[in-house]
Amino acid sequence: MQLTVKLFAYFRDNRFKEKFADYPEGTTVEEIIRSLGIPLDEVGVTMINSRHCELQQIPAAGDQLAIFPNIGGG
Amino acid sequence: MADKIFRVNMSDLSTKVEAVPEGWMGLGGRGLTSTIVAAEVKPTCHPLGKNNKLIFAPGLLSGTSAANSGRLSCGAKSPLTGTIKEANAGGTSAQMLAKLGVKALIIEGKPADANKWYSLHVNEAGVTIKEETEVMGLGNFAVVEALNKRLGPKVGVISIGPAGEMTMLGANISIKDPDNHLRSCGRGGLGAVMGSKKIKFISVEPTDQKVAIADPEAFKIASRTFAKALIDNPISKALGQYGTNVLVNIINESGGLPTRNFTSGQFEGHEAISGETMYDTIVARGGKPKHNCHPGCVINCSQIYADVKGQYKTSGFEYESIWALGADCCVDNLDHIAEADNIMDDLGIDSIETAVAFGVAMEAGVLQFGDGAEVCRMLREEVGKGTPLGRIIGNGAGFVGKAFGVTRVPVVKNQAIPAYDPRAIKGIGITYATSTQGADHTMGYTIATNILGVGGKVDPLSKEGQVELSRNLQIATAAIDSTGMCLFIAFAALDDATCLPALIDLLNARFGIHLVANDVTNLGMTILKTERAFNLAAGFTNKDDRLPEFFSEEPIAPHNVVWDISDEAIDSFWNF
Repeated sequence: MQLTVKLFAYFRDNRFKEKFADYPEGTTVEEIIRSLGIPLDEVGVTMINSRHCELQQIPAAGDQLAIFPNIGGG
Repeated sequence: MADKIFRVNMSDLSTKVEAVPEGWMGLGGRGLTSTIVAAEVKPTCHPLGKNNKLIFAPGLLSGTSAANSGRLSCGAKSPLTGTIKEANAGGTSAQMLAKLGVKALIIEGKPADANKWYSLHVNEAGVTIKEETEVMGLGNFAVVEALNKRLGPKVGVISIGPAGEMTMLGANISIKDPDNHLRSCGRGGLGAVMGSKKIKFISVEPTDQKVAIADPEAFKIASRTFAKALIDNPISKALGQYGTNVLVNIINESGGLPTRNFTSGQFEGHEAISGETMYDTIVARGGKPKHNCHPGCVINCSQIYADVKGQYKTSGFEYESIWALGADCCVDNLDHIAEADNIMDDLGIDSIETAVAFGVAMEAGVLQFGDGAEVCRMLREEVGKGTPLGRIIGNGAGFVGKAFGVTRVPVVKNQAIPAYDPRAIKGIGITYATSTQGADHTMGYTIATNILGVGGKVDPLSKEGQVELSRNLQIATAAIDSTGMCLFIAFAALDDATCLPALIDLLNARFGIHLVANDVTNLGMTILKTERAFNLAAGFTNKDDRLPEFFSEEPIAPHNVVWDISDEAIDSFWNF
């Protein structure tokens, strides 16, 4: 399945900002994060199509997955 | 030396130093300013008249070595909202005032001669009032420069710019920071209150005195634990690198970034104004990504943003200001936004209120969406010079809406709604509606839990759990705002079990008291109830705790949602 993966803040360092990528059917959010070499404990928020999602969730083809480290402000 | 109340009467130009009343002993910061306003200000008074009072109070821990404890609270009846108001900022003055033994500085009355301006100078003996001519009409940066020359580089400065002199309802109060730049008690037009009392600046004398600590050993231990909790927190680290502007991309991704005067939840130009782009730009130009707004801050969320030549452009360049000029006004150029931010600092006008006012003016066709250069020109030539159009904008978003017949005006209690759309992030809508101070995200920052996954998770689009979330955060915030602590300690306090107990230990060691967690919660509740009682006596009712009509009627993309939390649910906020 093809989906768009978006990275933010320092997750972009030596990786990418946004990438259209191919993953096997059934790949979970967690597996995608691991495949990018991002330590799971540094992940703060994940969203699929602008909705928060769980690490075990399986994106569908054409989805947009956004991965953020722990961030805050205000 | 025991803390004292320093009182200034601008009607007869007299000053006094008084003992602290028993009931005010355990209070500081917002808890103290709100208690004094509630006790001494007639709720129905005109905010710019002689019966309003302007109160400054360092927090309970300000002046100590505790990390991040240098916030100064300023309170009064707000001329923008008509409600009680507290706004706090960093800078150097809170710590200096605390070391001088100033529990609170109360400024009352109003000079009979409307043509004369004054300054106040604070030292340990009390306050001196002097007539001022030299710095009148000057912007805040020039005021700081002149006073550094006149009184020495270490003097503390609390000042108003031209906006405050003209009593614009968006005027703020500026506080000199460690690098001679400015931090702002931003919201609610407190600069207009200072201007109405004809005070251009308050200078604070440097001192070698130290704040008394009842149990120094316990204080040292608690201080270490507390600082470690802040430093180790991953959000603190991200704040140090990207500043608060790290939020542009995540709020945009969530669909809650108010765009084009609150007509969409996502901004096409988000990447250009994001924290990531800002960080890269600062590094490439030789600015400073990290900077502290007050000595002792270990988070360093501020920064020095440089222009293309590497020269200072602005600092304390915050997400809310960048969102408002960026997404809300559709300006996708950080340099224009930085220039506008710097002009607003200099004029002494709230960068949220004023930028949202520009968004409403753009909708009215006064200028085009996206025209950052025209925003800068209008700030300089219209607002700065007090032309009729400049005064309309300087009086805030609600005033602009009325002047030009715009119905989509994002305000609650006439204060501009900040950087999170309440349709797509519903918890913050409860905070905007119920806050005792008009729309203000800092009063109960539900974004932490709705979006950032801090302090648990509450679905931003669901109606469930939002009232309780906002209530708990508003209570906690009122307490934190009384300690002199920066609100960003909350990220650690919500998720690190060592943080809050260490904060309570700090309070206990400072004063030789025995507070427990419940006492802190009770303090927060009491402050909210005191503020609410003032507002009710000023004529507000639960009908004022509502969002503007358009939020219920205009769905916002990408989630196509409206504000749908019932009035009864909103009113249940006050069931505590």
